[in-house]
Amino acid sequence: MTRLSPGALRILALLLVLVLVAAFFATQIDNYLNARLFNRISSSVAIVALIATGQTLVILTRNIDLSLGSVVGFVAYATGAIVSAAPEIHPVLLALAALAIGAGFGLLNGLLVAYAGIPSIITTLAAMAIYRSALVEFSGAQSITTEDLPQWLVDFPNTQLFTLAGVQFRAAFVAAVVIVILVHLALLRLRPARALYAVGSNPEAAEMAGIDARRTVLAAFVAAGALAGLAGLFFLARFGNITVVAGLGFELKSIAAAVLGGVSINGGSGSVIGALIGAVLVDLIENSLVRWELVSEFWREAVLGFLILSAVSADALLMRRLTRLRIRREKAAPAPTPKEATS
Amino acid sequence: MTRALGPWETFLLAVLVLVYAANAWLSPEFLTLQNQVNLFQLSIEKIIIALVMAFVIINAEIDLSVGSMMGLSACAFAAMVGEAGLPAALACLLCLGIGLAGGVLNGWFVARMGLPSLVVTLSTLIGFRGVARILLEDRSIGRFPDWFNALGQRGLIGPVPLGLLSFVLLFVLLYVVLERGGFGRKTYVIGVSREVAEFAGLNTARHKILIFMASGLVAAYAGLLFAARVGAVRGDVGQGFELDIITMVLLGGVSIFGGSGTLTGVGLAILIVLSLRNGMSLMNVTGHIQTGVVGLLLIASVLVPRLGARLAGRVPA
Repeated sequence: MTRLSPGALRILALLLVLVLVAAFFATQIDNYLNARLFNRISSSVAIVALIATGQTLVILTRNIDLSLGSVVGFVAYATGAIVSAAPEIHPVLLALAALAIGAGFGLLNGLLVAYAGIPSIITTLAAMAIYRSALVEFSGAQSITTEDLPQWLVDFPNTQLFTLAGVQFRAAFVAAVVIVILVHLALLRLRPARALYAVGSNPEAAEMAGIDARRTVLAAFVAAGALAGLAGLFFLARFGNITVVAGLGFELKSIAAAVLGGVSINGGSGSVIGALIGAVLVDLIENSLVRWELVSEFWREAVLGFLILSAVSADALLMRRLTRLRIRREKAAPAPTPKEATS
Repeated sequence: MTRALGPWETFLLAVLVLVYAANAWLSPEFLTLQNQVNLFQLSIEKIIIALVMAFVIINAEIDLSVGSMMGLSACAFAAMVGEAGLPAALACLLCLGIGLAGGVLNGWFVARMGLPSLVVTLSTLIGFRGVARILLEDRSIGRFPDWFNALGQRGLIGPVPLGLLSFVLLFVLLYVVLERGGFGRKTYVIGVSREVAEFAGLNTARHKILIFMASGLVAAYAGLLFAARVGAVRGDVGQGFELDIITMVLLGGVSIFGGSGTLTGVGLAILIVLSLRNGMSLMNVTGHIQTGVVGLLLIASVLVPRLGARLAGRVPA
């Protein structure tokens, strides 16, 4: 059979779906496959991919973070307030502030989940409401507008770093992709990052193997918060106008991207590259349906919901068949291990 | 499942008495019959769905799609009555049918396909909402028959409107089902361990599908109540309700891992959340802050008993 790992197979299948979706819309929409499509999608993916990466880290440990949308909103507002109060602030310092505020929220979530033992869905459900009301309180229901922001920040998302075959690669998108790749490499190679998989697939076994499961879960939440914080800064730069509802719904969008990208909601399996492709797929479909004349743009959510459900079902069926095949092969092989057959 | 109140229910009752006393002290309006009816009426859809959500969570599943199903039912009703000119009574039946169908869809994917309910109902949260938007796009539709609006807005028995009456009746019905009947017992057993229940010969898949159907049905009914109460429907009806609903259920002491919790607890939690919000509204606290306070309450509700247990030395480390 195939020599590819199930994970790699998933990514390939996902890329195939991506190509098929693009090819389908290319036949439906005139002038579809051009640089503008790429630009449009890339500037929105830059934000979602960061959140989805953080969400993936948390889901890998068998937890979930519903508060990320509120973190994005709060940090977008807070960094906006900082930069309008001190326009001369160094960009790196601003980015660090965004990361730090986000990480602070993540730390709070992580402590409650890992050390106080409150299930993540309860903690982050509550945190989502609490951080949102913190934003309302902090902002005094005022908004940040583009006029409050320095020019460099507003220009940042549209800055072209380089152009490849007429396609512009913009700063925010490139930054997001670089971060995703770095996280991916860390997950593949670094021992502390590998611990996320260990804890997610079997917390007790991970503890016995000498991994501090609590610290690992805490680290995942802090990283997710920090990434959401950076996404908040990107959100501010892209939209300029920040109100108290900024970032609403990103928590569900990031879970959708991760799940579509093959990250198992039961923890322990999946990759951030998958989540990135999931985010691209979500945005590609949203963008294309808006331009498709045959259906109104209001079809977008229905199609998206259907797509996630069918992707997850197809994945489950495929995995079940793979497992069955493997069991059959092991039975045929000289030294069968009955234990593996139960998974 | 003892007859008397458990420790958690007693605690909730104490909190409730406290909140009621504080509200009554802060505002003379609070204890008037009209304000008490309003208190329920403003969140009637959420609290009705919360009762069934208790079953879903005790059964160790979750249904994130209830807010969207509510929206879908309300939008389908508006499209059928306001645009296609169908009789409202027929439209109501069809909408309840949509709710059942949505529940079967959720339940089938969860129970038969073996997918996690979080993922399934997250995608139907997006999907049902999507169908609602296809139906109404960005229109707002009202002008329903007078008798329909009256059901939502006026008192049916004295000052008690249909919504509140439904809530009370549903509470009694579900209380009996959960605490006294075999169905309720099965709900707990499957919630504790689906495998054990399966080995004990229970048809767990059918049970789960039935619970998701009940959830869809009640969410659709809540959508109709919303249409009648507000008198106009848009594509975003019920958006975000799922989180408030789940908060009430968890605050009521239902374990997110399934297998434990009582409807009495959920009922008390509903009363606490409603009176807390009502009291804060009377003090001009904005909606977002109210939600934040409820969030703090949710964390405290899990944290405090744990800390207490640890201090008492019952739970090591």
